[in-house]
Amino acid sequence: MHSALLAIDLFLVIEKLVLIVGIVSISLVIAMYETYAERKVAAFIQDRRGPNRAGPFGILQPLADGLKLFMKEEIIPNTSNRFLFILGPCLAMLAAMMTSAVIPWGGTLNVFGREVNLQIADINIGILYVFGVVSMGVYGIMIGGWASNNKFSLMAALRGASQVISYELPMGLSLIALLMLTGSLKMSEIVGQQIDSWYNVLYQPLGFFIFLVCAFAECNRTPFDLPEAENELNFGYHQEYSSMKLGFYLFAEYINMFISSVVMATLFWGGYDIPFVNDASLTGMGNWLVLLQGLSLFIKVAIFIFVFMWVRWTIPRFRYDQLMNLGWKALIPLSLVNMIVTAAIVLLKTNGWKF
Amino acid sequence: MQALTSRAKPVDRKPMTFLEKLYVWSIFKGMMITLRHLFKKKATISYPEEKRPFSPVFRGLHILNRDEEGRERCTACGLCALACPAEAITMEAAERLPGEENLYREEKYAAKYEINMLRCIFCGLCEEACPKDAVYLSETFAPSNYQRKGFIYGKQDLLIPNPKDNPGEYWKAVGNRKANKEQSN
Ligand code: SF4
Ligand code: SF4
Repeated sequence: MHSALLAIDLFLVIEKLVLIVGIVSISLVIAMYETYAERKVAAFIQDRRGPNRAGPFGILQPLADGLKLFMKEEIIPNTSNRFLFILGPCLAMLAAMMTSAVIPWGGTLNVFGREVNLQIADINIGILYVFGVVSMGVYGIMIGGWASNNKFSLMAALRGASQVISYELPMGLSLIALLMLTGSLKMSEIVGQQIDSWYNVLYQPLGFFIFLVCAFAECNRTPFDLPEAENELNFGYHQEYSSMKLGFYLFAEYINMFISSVVMATLFWGGYDIPFVNDASLTGMGNWLVLLQGLSLFIKVAIFIFVFMWVRWTIPRFRYDQLMNLGWKALIPLSLVNMIVTAAIVLLKTNGWKF
Repeated sequence: MQALTSRAKPVDRKPMTFLEKLYVWSIFKGMMITLRHLFKKKATISYPEEKRPFSPVFRGLHILNRDEEGRERCTACGLCALACPAEAITMEAAERLPGEENLYREEKYAAKYEINMLRCIFCGLCEEACPKDAVYLSETFAPSNYQRKGFIYGKQDLLIPNPKDNPGEYWKAVGNRKANKEQSN
């Protein structure tokens, strides 16, 4: 009895470890190729060709970029707080990677007669966990800016922190409206409901839109990339950083982009559900179905990432007052209205009014 | 004040409406424009593999010419140096010794002939000044170098390959520009 319990636990540990390593490396590789995709999309939008020298079509470009960052001289400013200075990029990276733990990446695989759930932790407060971790990302920015002991870095960090915090509000509010519909914080259940019926985006188009805009702001992407604003203010909170520590900050941003695309796909676009196909009719395919589902999630994510880049290379960044006005005077009222309307409809429906 | 063109329009300074403040519509329009550009023909020319055709009057690096028998044509008269507005050319003359007739066409030749490509403005006046048809500008343009002294081209850099030993290289170095010119003369 005792040994049997132990054996099961061991299997669970191995399963989770493999999942963690797999998902972390997948996010890293995707972040790597996001840099490549970004340059390609930028080039194509500007009628150029983009990187095409390293390997066929420039496929090896991210490796070359990474190698370059590694070879650069590592500078830690004399007057900086060494511990915090190093902690900053680590935190940014950590916060970016941790969110992937609660995402359901696919259905249940059947490995050696065991059901393996493609989700690292199916906790019942999944979406709250995501928000908790995402807001920790601000610490990476703040600590980096503070530890550099450079007033411009600090100012950029404050800029970044206030932006991220102000856009978290409408994001949360639009999410509340969604949660009122789903009635659950559990990511797997939210996806499950969407597999059985319509995607949430059909019920919550405005909520999705607000969420999208806020995701842009949370990831410090144009038009909200004021924390960086590399060409008009100074470089941003990572001004004093060099070599791979700078690489970590930039990398964390790309991972954030990936993760927020995954979150959006999961919450609003049915997660790993294959669109236009009734997944329940395909269960005969077994593990292949699960892989197909994973693929469909990744295709959705790729589309979102493309939208991120498309927007970045289309519009200039906002002025700071425009940014704050948009956040506080437009998005928060809109999401409040959205929330109240949703609440009213949910209330009417539960009280037996048929629509 | 009178407008400079008939197309001048007054700037619209009306305060933005709420919908405009959301920027959504204009962002959407902009995104459609960039989407169209995504599929447009790319303007890039992949340089080393693919070269833009030169104009027939393009003036690139100099070449010191030889005659049909492979003898250097330059007689070190110094007219090119005199004509040069940038003072990019220097040379040292020497007298042809008996037995060197197969090397130099005239009795006097340039023992040293240098063009400073950093000074040169590629105006082509040296080519026009030369009475012996010895110097002309080719279609290659100035390559890069790590040091300034690499841009001072001596005779070994400028001389065209010998048409007798190496006709292929010779005609390549002559290039389209020279050939065109000869045709029109
Ligand atoms: S091209 Fe003009 S500037 Fe250059 S060497 Fe000849 S005369 Fe001088
Ligand atoms: S290149 Fe022509 S102009 Fe110049 S020194 Fe020689 S012969 Fe005279």
